[in-house]
Amino acid sequence: MTFRFRDLLALEPLSADELTFLLDQSRSFQGIQRNPLKKLATLRGKTVALAFFENSTRTRISFGTAAARLGADTMNLQAESSSLKKGESLLDTVHTLDAMKPDCLVMRHASSGSADFVARHLDIPVINAGDGTHEHPSQGLLDALTIRDRKGSLANLNVTILGDISHSRVARSNIHLLAKFGCRFTLCGPAMWVPRELENIGPPGASIRRVFRIEEALEDADVVLVLRVQTERLHEPALSAADYILLYQLSAERLRLAKPDAIILHPGPMNRGVEITPEVADSPQSCVLEQVTNGIAVRMALLYLLLVGGSEESGQEAHPATEAPQPLSRRATDKKENSSAPADKDPSHASR
Amino acid sequence: MLLVRNGRVIDPATQTDAPRDVLLDGDKIVEVAQPGKIAPDQSTEIFDATGLIVAPGFIDLHAHLREPGQESSESIETGTRAAARGGFTAVCCMPNTKPVNDNASVTRFILDRAKATASVRVWPIGAASVGSKGEAIAEIAAMKQAGIVAVSDDGKPIATAKLTRQVMDYCRSLDLCVIEHSEDVSLAAGAVMREGVTSTRLGLPGMPAAAESVCVARDVQLAELTGARLHVAHLSAKASLEQVRWAKQRGLRVTCEVTPHHFTLIDEDVQYDSRYKMNPPLAAREDRKALLEGLADGTVDAIATDHAPHEPALKDVEFDRAPFGILGFETALALSLEQLVHTGRLTLMRMIELFTSGPARVLGIERKIAAGQPADLTIFSTTHEWTYDVKQSPSKSRNSPFDARTFKGGQVATIVAGRFAHKV
Repeated sequence: MTFRFRDLLALEPLSADELTFLLDQSRSFQGIQRNPLKKLATLRGKTVALAFFENSTRTRISFGTAAARLGADTMNLQAESSSLKKGESLLDTVHTLDAMKPDCLVMRHASSGSADFVARHLDIPVINAGDGTHEHPSQGLLDALTIRDRKGSLANLNVTILGDISHSRVARSNIHLLAKFGCRFTLCGPAMWVPRELENIGPPGASIRRVFRIEEALEDADVVLVLRVQTERLHEPALSAADYILLYQLSAERLRLAKPDAIILHPGPMNRGVEITPEVADSPQSCVLEQVTNGIAVRMALLYLLLVGGSEESGQEAHPATEAPQPLSRRATDKKENSSAPADKDPSHASR
Repeated sequence: MLLVRNGRVIDPATQTDAPRDVLLDGDKIVEVAQPGKIAPDQSTEIFDATGLIVAPGFIDLHAHLREPGQESSESIETGTRAAARGGFTAVCCMPNTKPVNDNASVTRFILDRAKATASVRVWPIGAASVGSKGEAIAEIAAMKQAGIVAVSDDGKPIATAKLTRQVMDYCRSLDLCVIEHSEDVSLAAGAVMREGVTSTRLGLPGMPAAAESVCVARDVQLAELTGARLHVAHLSAKASLEQVRWAKQRGLRVTCEVTPHHFTLIDEDVQYDSRYKMNPPLAAREDRKALLEGLADGTVDAIATDHAPHEPALKDVEFDRAPFGILGFETALALSLEQLVHTGRLTLMRMIELFTSGPARVLGIERKIAAGQPADLTIFSTTHEWTYDVKQSPSKSRNSPFDARTFKGGQVATIVAGRFAHKV
């Protein structure tokens, strides 16, 4: 199987098979993250443009690291230094970047659909690293990879999402991905943050329900995705932090209502003591740091697929250039690595 | 003299639907007769309208010609050339120019420019409030003397209920229609499309249908309070239509218009393409259905384009940053035929009413094909196939979602004051 899309703009249009393919490809890059020498030469000579029109630390570093570990060079554009501040249009900015001949554009932007808009105007592959409140596909993939590692499969899980779902691109990407594997969603948060329309955004037949009591929402949950409640930027409408904590904070006590082996995901950065208690954040059920590690594997896979498409020719070109003393073929690497599942897969729940 | 011969004259004002010859002399219709009854003299120009519909000149109640102030997007000259291609013989231009048409000198400027450059009649609409800021009533009487045909703060509603009431009181005494862009701005704040599953899926901020209908409800009650003529612009929501229906049943002087894009497209068509972004935004499936019913049952008084050109540099940006508005002149008739007539929802007579006597009634004027009337005719085909190529448009802008759409039937000739403003 090869990836049929030139870009990765959203998970919504991808089939279950295509998503599985992306996750399998990502898996083959997981092992490299644990090697003492992590650099491949697969993308040597390629340039990845990272255009972050909205502030981001972890996603930008993650993509940058993924590119570096594949041997690619990066060029960076950040909102603070960009000419957008001087009134240049997005289109002019990306055309300027494109004229420096990168092989791929990774972009984050505050406007929903901006990656889609840019991709219509550029010939190089575009990877959406988060567009407004629309999608964050690499986050959806790394969440799914993390869930699959822990649960063994994505099939038929009960997934509870807590927070401002209306404004969450992470929630949307998760819904579009996991619903295709039969996961059932319970969306929970203040009613203004969980509009009725969310029940119908998934693929046909998707099970998505809204619940306004966290106790009810956590019942039988296999996966709890806790969204960041932004205290510095107001949600629309804003809610007092005290109310949010009272009604929706994920505490150890509330977590007991979920299945005993339920896992906790959070896209980060966490507001400890707001949407999640430190105790839960640091519990063995929490996958927060695995998510971060998996993020690099997912992004390496995406860059690899979109830049060389997994074609034999490109793969061979990469080999002679390899300097690092790792296995030359990436495929050889994954064979060895993919069985080493995270150590904490054991659902013994010592903390309980 | 110009003789339009052998056409099928359809005139809602006189309930005519018959083959007729129409003789024009200068800017007046001089005779309407059975085919062959009028003997042309040597100097009479003859237009053979065999197989074509001959209608009273179409009136567009709602357009933005962008002059003065935004000539990079449109001018009176280019906009009216596009209007003529679409079959419009008269265009009401909204006052949100730069400067705002809130005083008689701007009104006179527009009319002077129209006299010098326009292909069709230009009927300015004056601002209801100074600068359309919603604070003080504009010099409406002076503008009326200069030539405005109605008032509106279009682009936004008249800011407060109190000022709306005062403008209505005043305009009643001046016998002017108040055209309202019905929108509760607090409900619509920040929104870039209609709220619904599509906006939620796309992650775009949406405004609920109520952003429009609560304002219509307010205005309808104020129309009852004041007895004023209220015209609801670009009505898009089922709930708003129900308010208008209620007002009409009560005998209030309330009218409304619907745009071709709102009866053709819905919110599900939005895919981050700013050519689908306008205000009010494309509505839900059931709203469109209600609009089609309202167009058929008489609740809707007029089809208006809300022609809103924006130069490509403004429109070719992120969806949420693009300005609202799309082109409308050249596709209005073709879309009406496609959606309303060819589907059997409306008769040709009713569709023509929505472009002629309907909008004329809103403005308090007559529009019909009869001796002594202005020599404005819209002549179109219901059968010939053509494809809209926005690159060929005389408009300075290109923001149409209907580019490359193929239509059955459309404009053939537009006669304004006895002269061809457009002819295929």
